[in-house]
Amino acid sequence: MIPSLPRPAWLRAATGLYVGAFLVFLFLPLTVVAVFAFNNAPYPAPPWHGFTLDWFLGNEAEGRVGLFRDTELLGSIWTSCTVALWVTGLSVVVGTANAFLMEREKFPGKGVLSMLMLTPLVIPGVILGISILAFASRLADLCSDLFGFDADFLRPGLPLVVLGQFSYIVAIATLTISARLKRFDRSLEDAALNLGASHMAVLWNITLPYLRPAIIGSAAIAFLMSFENFNTTLMLVGSDAPLTIMMYGRMREGATPVLNAVSLFLMTASAVLALTLLRRGKSAQAS
Amino acid sequence: MSAAGTPAPDAAPDLEVRAVTRRFAAHVAVNAVSFSVPRGSFFSILGPSGCGKTTLLRMIAGFIQPDAGTIAIGGRDMARVPPNRRPVNMVFQHLALFPMMSVGENVAFGLARRGVGRAERQKRAAAMLERVGLAGAAAKRTDELSGGQRQRVAIARSMVLEPTLLLLDEPLGALDLKLREHMKVELKQLQSAFGTTFVYITHDQSEALVLSDRVGVMSQGHFEQLGTPQELYYAPATAFVAGFVGANNRLSGTVRTVEGGLIDIDAGEGWKVRVRAHAPLTVGAAAQAFIRPEAITLARTPAELPPGQSAHSGEVTDMLFDGANSAVLLREAQSRRELRIALPQTGAFADLRPGARICFGFDPERGIGFAAT
Amino acid sequence: MSDAAAGGRWSRRLVLALLLAPALLWLLTLIILPHADLAVLSFRERVAPREYAPSLAQYRTFFGEPLYWHVFVRTAFMSAIATLVTLLLAFPIAWIIAKLARGRMSALLFVVCLIPFWVSETVRTLGWMILLRESGVLPAILVHLGLTAQPVELLYHDATILVGLVYTSLLFMVVPLVGSLESLDNSLIEAAYDLGAKGWSILRTIVIPHAAPGITAGCIVVFMLTLGNYLTPTLLGGKNSLWFTEQIYTQFITRFNWEQGAAFGFLLLALSTAMVWLGLKLSGQRFSDVMRRV
Repeated sequence: MIPSLPRPAWLRAATGLYVGAFLVFLFLPLTVVAVFAFNNAPYPAPPWHGFTLDWFLGNEAEGRVGLFRDTELLGSIWTSCTVALWVTGLSVVVGTANAFLMEREKFPGKGVLSMLMLTPLVIPGVILGISILAFASRLADLCSDLFGFDADFLRPGLPLVVLGQFSYIVAIATLTISARLKRFDRSLEDAALNLGASHMAVLWNITLPYLRPAIIGSAAIAFLMSFENFNTTLMLVGSDAPLTIMMYGRMREGATPVLNAVSLFLMTASAVLALTLLRRGKSAQAS
Repeated sequence: MSAAGTPAPDAAPDLEVRAVTRRFAAHVAVNAVSFSVPRGSFFSILGPSGCGKTTLLRMIAGFIQPDAGTIAIGGRDMARVPPNRRPVNMVFQHLALFPMMSVGENVAFGLARRGVGRAERQKRAAAMLERVGLAGAAAKRTDELSGGQRQRVAIARSMVLEPTLLLLDEPLGALDLKLREHMKVELKQLQSAFGTTFVYITHDQSEALVLSDRVGVMSQGHFEQLGTPQELYYAPATAFVAGFVGANNRLSGTVRTVEGGLIDIDAGEGWKVRVRAHAPLTVGAAAQAFIRPEAITLARTPAELPPGQSAHSGEVTDMLFDGANSAVLLREAQSRRELRIALPQTGAFADLRPGARICFGFDPERGIGFAAT
Repeated sequence: MSDAAAGGRWSRRLVLALLLAPALLWLLTLIILPHADLAVLSFRERVAPREYAPSLAQYRTFFGEPLYWHVFVRTAFMSAIATLVTLLLAFPIAWIIAKLARGRMSALLFVVCLIPFWVSETVRTLGWMILLRESGVLPAILVHLGLTAQPVELLYHDATILVGLVYTSLLFMVVPLVGSLESLDNSLIEAAYDLGAKGWSILRTIVIPHAAPGITAGCIVVFMLTLGNYLTPTLLGGKNSLWFTEQIYTQFITRFNWEQGAAFGFLLLALSTAMVWLGLKLSGQRFSDVMRRV
């Protein structure tokens, strides 16, 4: 059971085997995706036809459009980044405000509000998507009926995608930042006031620096969740498709290994992001 | 006491608290408390937890507003002055050093808020750190310091602003016993070196006695007694003070005879204890007698007791060896009441064992009787 | 405690208002009103172009058409199985991370388990497609090993959908489980062992009661995510997937029958809410406590 209790040899062996099998299960799909990004064949399937970088660098003249020449794909990465940056910015700002609201203020109906703030996490993404789609369309119709004004941003498109993703990602940011604010020692603020700091100076010099790890962490999570979001985005997307939607469309058609190439690209980017964050977290912990 | 510690007779007190009251809902946390603290002195507020001393301190710092009464610091009324504009600084219970800043940045924090330039700030912070014996620690992180060093940083951080008044909220509470003893001495030395007025709150009577020029003993929102440590110890004004400050034997019973300033209290089964009455008492009144362990003399036979002390006897129940604070616990023969008696430093009674019978007596003038409340 | 000193009552009101505004704006315009609107939408019927009347027609269609409620029940059932399988797979690994592996090894294993989930679900599903389809890696290996004469199609089965769903959900189970197992004091297990309990009874009487909040949190989140998943069932199940979110998409986007789609959406939401509620009731947990563990 635990290291301090006797464990029979077969159990030790089984544990090792289990971990091994589990890791294979986890990494097999990713390995396969990465490997076939370099297969010299028009389909990401065995057998192995030799190594090529065509799916990264190829151009139309060779009949193989590589990732770096595929303007559609590159455009969708850019779209995803733009959306993710908006969602991250909004989520972190509103999440921080929410954290202060829930941890520092007293007002009637606070219990209900704190419950409501958690609900977006248990609403399936598809339903978040359709409800926002329907509501926004109703508002847009109302707009054009009443004022004869066409509110384009309320029709399916990137603004709605941003709002849809924001609607539940902000709940996660709120939870993360609130959790840290809750552990904050209020006497630090009293001490700063006592040393002559104004309320703004306290916020800027003491409270926000303390919250910084949570803010950075929730920003990273928000960016990633937005970048990967599919369900909500699918319902709200207009003509500009973010990467997940673009990839989904191509996968249904049976696409070339350029999808493997873009996937490998994403894996590398995620790994770099993860490692940076882990290192930061570790150095912050160590000191 | 240093020269700075002796207040000039005509100087306005640095802190003047008049009839300050604060309620939390139905609970009166601080009830019409008044006192003043002369310039350069060390004042302690001593009381058990929940007595209102933290509320009082936070009102002086400006974190809580009094419901009634006035607080004046350096002769200036502090009503409506926010905490960040008051000429007081505070050492917090858990010190509240800013973990996101270095030691030097902590000390320079208040200066930066006053708009002091960076170079000047660093110079003054370094000088202050040197004064508290932490020269060269400016670049360290606060969690690299020991408990005592953190304490000194907290004091330096406040003192660099040259406050009229330094408030200390049980700053030694988090330290272990040995360090606490050491820091007590160090605090006292720092205070006389700086000459700043200190207001110190604690629930530890030994800290209050060792450190203070004057102590206010607080209980349930009001001051029971205000005086020098010696007055509190030798002339407690109330039964609470007698029981709270220093070790004491408390014997409750009924007043049997009144003879001038002395009374006899029946402490059970007819055992009579003669003590000085704090205030006139009548025969038959319920009373409490307090006799300090060191005021009681042990003797093998009644004849060995000093003349004029009536002899009592008892059976030893326990020997409590604690170096200079060693004591014997015994049960008085008649009433079976337990008493604590200090062992003389001569080692004369070191051979006592539980079960032994022993005589004891005390000077009635060194015991004190209060009407039971 | 810092009351009146922190500024006048007026400025405190202002701060409260400024903090309340974004929260209310978010919850009202993106959560409450849209769902109210969705409810309104689901309870009406088109009687003429641009003319609607209140009606239960959408819900009647759902119960009247066997395909719809069949898919609904199937989705719920498959989600429950996926949740259970995820729990069974994740528990041993969470135990190993929390209790058996030590120091760096434990941290490393934990991070390694999280890495695949930094990559988009689309990418992970692509991996499974390359592995499982008829021309894919696993069928080729099976032929090579002589286990099958011809490459077999491993995609488009229910089992394939389950594999994909379990794979996608593992993270959301492992994290809360590790959290709740780490907080279990080893000395409790040692004490139980010392008092004569064996592996299984320790698990049943000590470990599972302690880990119940984590298990509940993991199961609720996994069930909800599985129920609402669209990508994995459609790509790994193909036309056979029969997943309820697909029905919603079809009504909303393909057929532009928003009333019907809204009703479907509400039914899915009701199911998801009911299961969350049931999970909380069965384990005696509070919603807010559970959500903070995820």
